[in-house]
Amino acid sequence: MHAFNFLLQVADPQGPPTMGWFVIFAALKVVVVFTIYITCVAYTTWLERKLAAFIQDRYGPNRVGWWGLLQVIADGVKNFMKEETMPGNVNRAMFLLAPALAFIPAFVTIAVVPFASPLPTPFGLVDMVIADLPVGYLFTLAISSLGVYGITLAGWSSNNKYALLGGLRASAQMISYEIAMGMSTIVVLLLAGNVHLTTIIEQQASQGWNVLLLTIAFFIFAIAGLAETNRVPFDLPESESELVGGYHTEYSSMKYSMFPIAEYANIITSSTLMVTLFFGGWDIPFTSWDNVPPWTVLKTALTMGMYVTKVFLFVFSFIWLRWTVPRFRYDQLMALGWKVLLPLALVYITAVASVLLGLDYAGVVRTSIAFKGAMMGMNVVFVVLVFWVLDRGRIVSPAYSRLERVGIDRLQKVATRGHLADRKGV
Amino acid sequence: MAINVKVLHRPIPETSYVRATFQGLALTLKHLVDPHKVTVQYPEEKWDIGPRWRGTHRMLTTEDGKAKCVACGLCPTVCPANCIKLVPGEDEDGNRYPLVFEIDEFRCIFCGYCQEVCPEEAIHVGRHYENAEYDRKDFVYDLARLTAQTHAVCEMWDPADPKGE
Repeated sequence: MHAFNFLLQVADPQGPPTMGWFVIFAALKVVVVFTIYITCVAYTTWLERKLAAFIQDRYGPNRVGWWGLLQVIADGVKNFMKEETMPGNVNRAMFLLAPALAFIPAFVTIAVVPFASPLPTPFGLVDMVIADLPVGYLFTLAISSLGVYGITLAGWSSNNKYALLGGLRASAQMISYEIAMGMSTIVVLLLAGNVHLTTIIEQQASQGWNVLLLTIAFFIFAIAGLAETNRVPFDLPESESELVGGYHTEYSSMKYSMFPIAEYANIITSSTLMVTLFFGGWDIPFTSWDNVPPWTVLKTALTMGMYVTKVFLFVFSFIWLRWTVPRFRYDQLMALGWKVLLPLALVYITAVASVLLGLDYAGVVRTSIAFKGAMMGMNVVFVVLVFWVLDRGRIVSPAYSRLERVGIDRLQKVATRGHLADRKGV
Repeated sequence: MAINVKVLHRPIPETSYVRATFQGLALTLKHLVDPHKVTVQYPEEKWDIGPRWRGTHRMLTTEDGKAKCVACGLCPTVCPANCIKLVPGEDEDGNRYPLVFEIDEFRCIFCGYCQEVCPEEAIHVGRHYENAEYDRKDFVYDLARLTAQTHAVCEMWDPADPKGE
């Protein structure tokens, strides 16, 4: 009985819980959040199939359960029951390790993302985040880049040329876009002055969402996030129309299933990061009553609902985009990463840092209207400029549009001359 | 770059990736919210199959319920897939009838020659396609099963337009 006395201590609902309750709540949060998360991942597959079908004027899964909602379970059972094949000459240890390496990092990132305002309980105030890491953002960057190991190893250990090509593409793509992704978020950290995700959300609640102040950073982050999840238009590692199935060609049964699950988990993780870094996390827009103590259960419920809605919107747009655009060519992919996103991010960091420095020097308070106005003004200029340049189509457009005008004219002259010469010859 | 490559000068609105992407997104969204779907919900609703559909065979019968077949042997002769097995018999009045008449639906290619060649209009291909079975041997239809079929038979050609014009 004595051992459990610490549980009976009643704490202030608005203060931190005692150590014993902290451990219990942490364990509870892990179980509950992970269960909800993995269910959401499963139902994202259902959502994707359903939306894909609607976009193509079909119905999608509608046989197992109401609106096909049990299709997810049927698929799971099917994947478990399927025959497990082990191709000859694979690197056995790596081959078995790869699905787990793809799967685990996809699920770990969610641990540091805050998903609601703190919940007051009789035993103390519970943070609605599994692990409130002070270096939360760096943790997400570190873990999300681990995911590529699974894909690359899967491609390499399969002893299959297509799988190897897929794995190589995945690693090249991940390196290219990881840099742009990291660079794009530096401006967010400049504004927040911290890498603690909760602080970033608080800063957005007071200064306005980062997407309004740093649209270009969001734009780069969204594209890089799309590339990180290896989905269309960046699905070159998988590209079933050229590489059979890419890195998971040789996998079967549940080992195969791990890769799609990791992909869908990555979609949700990417969405949560976009929401957290640019769309104010669980902050409810146009009001400020939800971000200030005293914390209530109602606030927690509403902010969680807000958070889920935002994440859903991003998941939806991921799927929407996937069923709209075709795949990039490899050189387009590399050009977009290295020639557009990375220089753009670097220029943007310099510009934002200069403006911030200037505003701080001029003594403009960070939460004032003047500060927001200045940031938004710069933002509008940047957005117009970037989209004007992108619209000229020098990167992801047909090859000829990358030629200088003079070059085209010269080539055309040469071509015409050659053509005439041919005719005379005949 | 190779010489003689045809270079087109197309205006920016035609070549812009950004605009094309937004147009595509608008198009897919339009289809997403469009309640009109093209899928036929198969077991519940079915396509109307054409009058010339050649499917599961059916043996027509005379008014007293006997097969019309006179065991002339034309259908096994004409059958390109060699799927008809016919053993003729003769009763005391000299009328020929099939002792054994079996069609292997697995071997059949549903060309409809048997129906075309039949002088008695006995064997027909039918307007019917749901003939799945759990066992291979169930696909060999004997005479009793062929005469017991009730589905509509193939018209082969439209009587109003025999040349298919």
